[in-house]
Amino acid sequence: MTTTIEAATAPKRAAKRPEHGPGSKADGWSRRFPLLPALVFTFIVTQLPFVVTIYYSLESWNLVRPGSRHFVGLSNYAQVFTDSQFRQVTLNTVVLTVGSVLIAVALGLLLALMLNRAFPGRGVVRTLLITPFLITPVAAALLWKTTLLDPTYGLVNFVLKPFGAGHTDWISSFPLTAVMMAIVWQWTPFMMLLILAGLQSQPDDVLEAAGVDGASNFAIFREITIPHLRRFIELGIVLGTIYLINVFDQIYMMTQGGPGIASSNLPFYIYQRAFLGFDVGQSAAMGVVVAILTTIVSTFALRLIFRTFSGNEASA
Amino acid sequence: MSTSTTTPAGPSAAATDSEPRPRKSSTGHVILAIVSWVVGIVFFFPVLWMVLTAFKQEADAYTSPPKLFFAPTLDQFKEVLSAGAAPALLNSLFATVVSTILVLLLAIPAAFAVSLRPVAKTRDVLFFFISTKMLPVVAAIVPIYVVVNEIHAVDNIWTLVVLYTAMNLPIAVWMMRSFFLEVPGALLEAASIDGASIGRTMREVVLPVVSPGIAATALICVIFAWNEFFIAVNLTAAQAGTVPVFLVGFITSEGLYFAKLCAAATLAALPVVIAGWVAQNKLVQGLSFGAVK
Repeated sequence: MTTTIEAATAPKRAAKRPEHGPGSKADGWSRRFPLLPALVFTFIVTQLPFVVTIYYSLESWNLVRPGSRHFVGLSNYAQVFTDSQFRQVTLNTVVLTVGSVLIAVALGLLLALMLNRAFPGRGVVRTLLITPFLITPVAAALLWKTTLLDPTYGLVNFVLKPFGAGHTDWISSFPLTAVMMAIVWQWTPFMMLLILAGLQSQPDDVLEAAGVDGASNFAIFREITIPHLRRFIELGIVLGTIYLINVFDQIYMMTQGGPGIASSNLPFYIYQRAFLGFDVGQSAAMGVVVAILTTIVSTFALRLIFRTFSGNEASA
Repeated sequence: MSTSTTTPAGPSAAATDSEPRPRKSSTGHVILAIVSWVVGIVFFFPVLWMVLTAFKQEADAYTSPPKLFFAPTLDQFKEVLSAGAAPALLNSLFATVVSTILVLLLAIPAAFAVSLRPVAKTRDVLFFFISTKMLPVVAAIVPIYVVVNEIHAVDNIWTLVVLYTAMNLPIAVWMMRSFFLEVPGALLEAASIDGASIGRTMREVVLPVVSPGIAATALICVIFAWNEFFIAVNLTAAQAGTVPVFLVGFITSEGLYFAKLCAAATLAALPVVIAGWVAQNKLVQGLSFGAVK
């Protein structure tokens, strides 16, 4: 809205100084100038390496065998797609990402509903709830691996003992679940904050009118709150997916992707190939495949962010 | 709290309730309040446990059932610091602060050029910035490593500064843009009628309005840079290792001793927890690229 008003007033402003009017070359460059440093920097640091990755992916190149480097075309990709480990790891990535995101969103929704009502000390409870999100992931993963999930001295088994599950070795028996616990613990607060922002942006008068009309709390929740929250939940899902596809710290600290590749996801597997196997060509090809998969997800994300939240630059 | 009698929604309860929804018994309120507190404490408990364990002797950390009361000690913190935590903390501090300053220097003008005085293809520019965040780092780390290795910048703190700047810049541009868009158009109009230059308009009209936004953006960048591990573990070693890298090395050399590693983890997490508590109202805005306020 605001931009359309500005756009309408712009010609009037320009009329005073026609030599710098919008659309003129001088004006265009004076507008572009503040943007250029950030744009050029970002392009060089984030885009060029990726272009180089594509180039590497067409080569056979192992860092520990100097002189082995040569052009092989698409054969790295052929190997990636016939690699059964790669398929397993891709599946792990999907399970880990989708599982963590959905559980975190569900818990986050419950916590947000809880925090959306007034009670004594609400601010303190909110601060307690967001803290897991702030803990350095490496430190949090370490905490889960040791003091929380240790089979003998861990808090989780201590709590589960009365229920007859007190001796589970989570890290070796359920590595993917263990990693997921640590991730969900850290990401639930983010989902909660996002959905809470949604709840608090509900127009009060609509809720009030529904209450006056005699709608039950549950009816209000189902008919008004849930539709209003939909875009916030969707945004939580896409943002969570983008961040969690790339999870690395928890896997590195808790399981090292093991046992075997049972808890490896794509970033961890590529890391192993590149920095422990020194196989540049293969890991580059996998990197390209992951980037394509992420791009598909993020296209949805971008569309969502642009469409439902920043509709106001349609005129730009 | 003590008056948990089962009175139906009294006028006093209705008066203190800011919620527009009627018909809630005060008992219900008390129970929900207690449940909320319990849930909050359960979520927070692992953090509390980490801090408590950090003050234990190892013998107190390995007990079943776990000990809640013990004679506190600073021994573990002393050991962590003598094992080289200080240089790692300084490295993290340097990489975090310098990259955040660079991010702000680059992002503020850029955000201005995609909000108040927009360039021709604003939408494409914004799309470009955000899409770089969605490209997995792992897909670019090999060439980055090769180049950094070629110019002998492995294990150099400036390498991290450059990469962290690139990592946070898109978020900062989006966040700062959302703050710039909050500047009232009337103020800008008035400044332009007065014939103020762009520089003066920025300094005297825009910056005072967006300065809380700059602080929030900086805090978000600090949190991300401090917690970053993947780039640091691949591109640093003994010289430029940051706190997360130190943590890994520490448990590798010292073994998994609960109290000691909790002390190390507490030191690692503390600065960002404080920054996050300060910035908690802006966390969502940062992580959703300014989409949600």
